[in-house]
Amino acid sequence: MQRQLKYSTLYLLLILMVVFLFLLDISLGTVSIPLADIISSLTGSSASKNTWEYIIVNYRLPKAITAILVGSGLSISGLLMQTLFRNPLAGPYVLGLSSGSSLGVALVILGAGFLPMMWSDFLVSSFGIIVASCLGSSLVLLSILLISQRLRDTTVILVAGLMFGSFTNAFVSVLTYFSTAEQLQKFTFWSLGNLGNLSWSAILILTIAVLIGLLLSIFSIKNLDTLLLGENYARSLGMNFKRARLLIILATSILAGSITAFAGPIAFVGLAVPHMAKLIFQTSNHAVLFWSTLLLGASMMLLCDVISQVPGGDITLPINAVTSMIGAPMVVWLLLRKKKMMG
Amino acid sequence: MENVVLKTENLSIGYMTSKSENCIASGINITLKKGELTALIGANGVGKSTLLRTLTQIQPPLSGAISLSGKPLQNFKPIELAQELSLVLTEKLPPSNLTVYELIALGRQPYTNWIGKLSATDKNKIDHAIALTQLENLLQKRHYEISDGQLQIALIARALAQDTELIILDEPTTHLDLKHKVSLFRLLKKLAASMQKCVLFSTHDIELALQLSDELIVMNGQKIIQGAARELISNGIFDTIFNDENVSFDAQKGKFIFRNL
Repeated sequence: MQRQLKYSTLYLLLILMVVFLFLLDISLGTVSIPLADIISSLTGSSASKNTWEYIIVNYRLPKAITAILVGSGLSISGLLMQTLFRNPLAGPYVLGLSSGSSLGVALVILGAGFLPMMWSDFLVSSFGIIVASCLGSSLVLLSILLISQRLRDTTVILVAGLMFGSFTNAFVSVLTYFSTAEQLQKFTFWSLGNLGNLSWSAILILTIAVLIGLLLSIFSIKNLDTLLLGENYARSLGMNFKRARLLIILATSILAGSITAFAGPIAFVGLAVPHMAKLIFQTSNHAVLFWSTLLLGASMMLLCDVISQVPGGDITLPINAVTSMIGAPMVVWLLLRKKKMMG
Repeated sequence: MENVVLKTENLSIGYMTSKSENCIASGINITLKKGELTALIGANGVGKSTLLRTLTQIQPPLSGAISLSGKPLQNFKPIELAQELSLVLTEKLPPSNLTVYELIALGRQPYTNWIGKLSATDKNKIDHAIALTQLENLLQKRHYEISDGQLQIALIARALAQDTELIILDEPTTHLDLKHKVSLFRLLKKLAASMQKCVLFSTHDIELALQLSDELIVMNGQKIIQGAARELISNGIFDTIFNDENVSFDAQKGKFIFRNL
């Protein structure tokens, strides 16, 4: 009972944090807008200036919502992978899923020129990019899974993930070498990561994809708990291992693939956030970890977006640079204090 | 016949590769009964683990039949098997924050709903398993904070919570000191005698197993013999286990004697 109370308090704090960071994220930007006008635009009444309302509704609000979707989705996919691979360092970026997505996206953006007009139009549409990105990430995930079945050593799996990353990056380099300046620019912008630039219809598609991924994750919660005992114990407890694994892979690929398609490859969030959740909640219970990772992921991404706007300055940093600058030292710190509980 | 939990007929075990069959042992006829503690002994590499893996459906038999509670083993769905047979393995647990209570509660997974919520029955079974194994004081500890012996007991409690007729343990006494070995054997004996469980475990502690188990299964090269300790001793089977002239078995004392040390 005491534990329940502790969890409820922590959940409440996290929700407040998400709300606070959400408002902070919307209130920051190159144009300063008074808080009262922000709230009135958000609640549907009109702000004192039309331009302010336009900026908030069509630029800042979509960006903040994207940050929440990206942060929570990537973090959950990291949580699933860490349990599935029994490896505290697993995550969508580290295992090369994002690189796989990059390859898929590079193929459609950079390779579309080689195809007839009708096809290329379809491929470069946001739907085509999502499909290519999801295919790319699930292909990498499947390859890693095949390797992990042959090699039980989890460090080797990480190295394999890095190799896949290098391989796909090399392939992307070859593609960029043969592409036009316009295509190249489009791809480079995508690869820097970007939470803005999403239209409301794109956000709707992303929301649906993330919700499907999260729903599949919820259905995997019981299996994830069982997997904490290892594959053989899980089987002995009646778990259909192949089906459970397929469900987890599907959830991870949809989450990482769709998010990478829209926001670009975003590093470290998927790896670091589940660890923060485990550290704060001190549990391995996936029902608890699911919600805490979801909320922490959203706050983390909102925070990174706030930082990327350099409050007080008038420049904006690429979001991928910010997540790496925060995430990479955090992972090193996690490694240094790595204990048995990291799981 | 009612008391028979597991029975094999002419079972052959081993590994099937794409090219050939690697048979480790064949003609295995063993019977495990309710309320009995059975030890599986034999030298390293003789195929104890392969036999256990076959009996628990982790790997398929090469030929022959295994029946569990009167039904062919291969007809069990994974979830049904999990309600008849629980396992305690030698492998290490992956890193996690699991507490001892959560670890034991995972034994209820075959019975819980899609999200894994524990019902009142589940909680009763868990409490019962905890009481039997006397783990009350360790419940909130993380699984990596307790000793190897305590972890082994906790894994057994998890198997008890799983509420199965048959419990199979793979070398549960490895890494334990003598005191903990004896108390673990006592626990297994108690489960068989007072809980009427059917317990099968593999072990290298032959002398302890001789004193405590109801029956023994001795794996000796291609031969597999099942019987009570006294029968097996008078058969002289223990002299042949290690196939080494420097190791002999003293039938009077029930102990191994090493020469030329």
